[in-house]
Amino acid sequence: MLDAYHDSRLSRALIWTIASIVLMFLMLPTLIVVPLSFSASDLLEFPPKEWSLRWYETFFASAAWMAALKTSLMLGALTAVIAVPVAFLASIAINRLGFPLAGGVYAFLLTPSVTPGILLAIGLFVVLAKLGLIGSFIGVLAGHVTLAIPVAVVVLLPAVNRFDWQQAQAARSLGAAWSGVIGRIIAPQLSLSLVAAGLMAFLSSLDEAVISIFVANGPNTTLPKLMFISLRDQIDPTIAAISTLWTLFVGVVVLTLNMRTTNA
Amino acid sequence: MSDPSLLREQRRERMFFLSLAAPAIILVGVAAMVPILWILRQSFLTLAGEATLGNYEKILSSGLTWSSLVVTLELSLSTLALCMVLGIPLALALASASRRVANLALILIMLPLWTSILVRTYGWLVLLRKDGLVNTTLASLGLTDQPLPLVYNFTGALIGMTHYMLPLFVLPVYAAMRDIDGNLVRAAASLGAGFWRCVATIILRLAFSGIASGSMIVFIYTLGFFITPAVLGGGKVNPIAIRIERTLSTFQDWGSASALGMLLLIMVLIAGCMFFAIRRLSGERIRHA
Repeated sequence: MLDAYHDSRLSRALIWTIASIVLMFLMLPTLIVVPLSFSASDLLEFPPKEWSLRWYETFFASAAWMAALKTSLMLGALTAVIAVPVAFLASIAINRLGFPLAGGVYAFLLTPSVTPGILLAIGLFVVLAKLGLIGSFIGVLAGHVTLAIPVAVVVLLPAVNRFDWQQAQAARSLGAAWSGVIGRIIAPQLSLSLVAAGLMAFLSSLDEAVISIFVANGPNTTLPKLMFISLRDQIDPTIAAISTLWTLFVGVVVLTLNMRTTNA
Repeated sequence: MSDPSLLREQRRERMFFLSLAAPAIILVGVAAMVPILWILRQSFLTLAGEATLGNYEKILSSGLTWSSLVVTLELSLSTLALCMVLGIPLALALASASRRVANLALILIMLPLWTSILVRTYGWLVLLRKDGLVNTTLASLGLTDQPLPLVYNFTGALIGMTHYMLPLFVLPVYAAMRDIDGNLVRAAASLGAGFWRCVATIILRLAFSGIASGSMIVFIYTLGFFITPAVLGGGKVNPIAIRIERTLSTFQDWGSASALGMLLLIMVLIAGCMFFAIRRLSGERIRHA
């Protein structure tokens, strides 16, 4: 875009210097954690004087961390399994309904993403308390699904809007039921977007902390909640090991997704 | 169109499509709307369940609420300012780079977005401590005599929040800058506008809608931030979200906590309306110019 300003070397260099520093700023806290996780010391010294895998051992040997990991992975998977089909059908509805109903449905479904998490958390806490479901798996799941629906809709709606609806009309005029049109014509063509929406929903649940802090208890404590509690009390190097594994996991997921979508 | 059977068919289709959206509407309704309405109702009730304005009187007459409001606004506005200072040059560099470089940089920007908020908070805790990497580097360069207090205070919360929001700010700004017609920049250059004049009068002006969207996202999100100030603020930085949690954990005062929650929601709504108004006004001005 700025190719007309070839001669303004100094100004361009300044912009790029700032940009590089900002990129470093963005990467730094994620990267710093990796070497610390392999340190042998209790102190967070940098660079570590001795290396070991003790913090990974501590993590995998701890019943509390393992239970939280299992809860978080199950929550993430179930959140994706519920939120994606529901958001997919809603996206089709938004595409087909037209003004003004479509806008209303869309705005309604996006509210959880703009409402402060703390408000949803205390509200959900009161409602779950009335139902006797505080600390239950289903209570946390309800919160996570609600937060994942807008995420999935934002991913799926553009894909549904790009879909060639004449195919659906052709199938309909040949006598296909809507369930067949959606299941056998639309869904297969949008499979990549559905997978992307699923991963986004999974990651949004995996990273959700505020609702979990309020409504997840006992055996249903999530990984972010346990991390939050141990960060508040002391800086435990086990978290460096968890952070490294987490970043590696998400990095692989995002890069795979990126490659799949750019190749397709 | 006037054929009644066609109209009936159309209405049936509409009902069908509305029913497709029903599961999502019900889920969001039950797990988000009902809880919010419940908090609204509770904010007007005494502990015994009688209607009252007492909760609002109580929080509005408390100095703690007002200092929380000030801290919330200070945090949000400072985060927004830092995002602009750091994010606009980054977006400008990306928009002027080749596709390859831009895509690589975008991955670097997106990765922290998908790293856990707790992982990132932990990273900053480690970096900013008294004996952390930042302070030891500054000391070894001879820039500081004693460690700077960078964490467990306002500075720490601000750094963590800026780091969290920056990718969300850069993405819409970059998208708006990328869409600018390069010929306009070339025309400006050939007519003799210097680099910075072109950036100020053409690029920033045309990317205004992207900057406005990014700013709205940053401001609205940071109003309700909880995790980052709770960990990096070390108990000394108490925006509304933390005040709500304290009111519950220390006093079990559900009435006041609900009223504070509504106060936060009103702030978010006002901020949202303000940004939409700004965008609409400026959009019209550019179109009429």
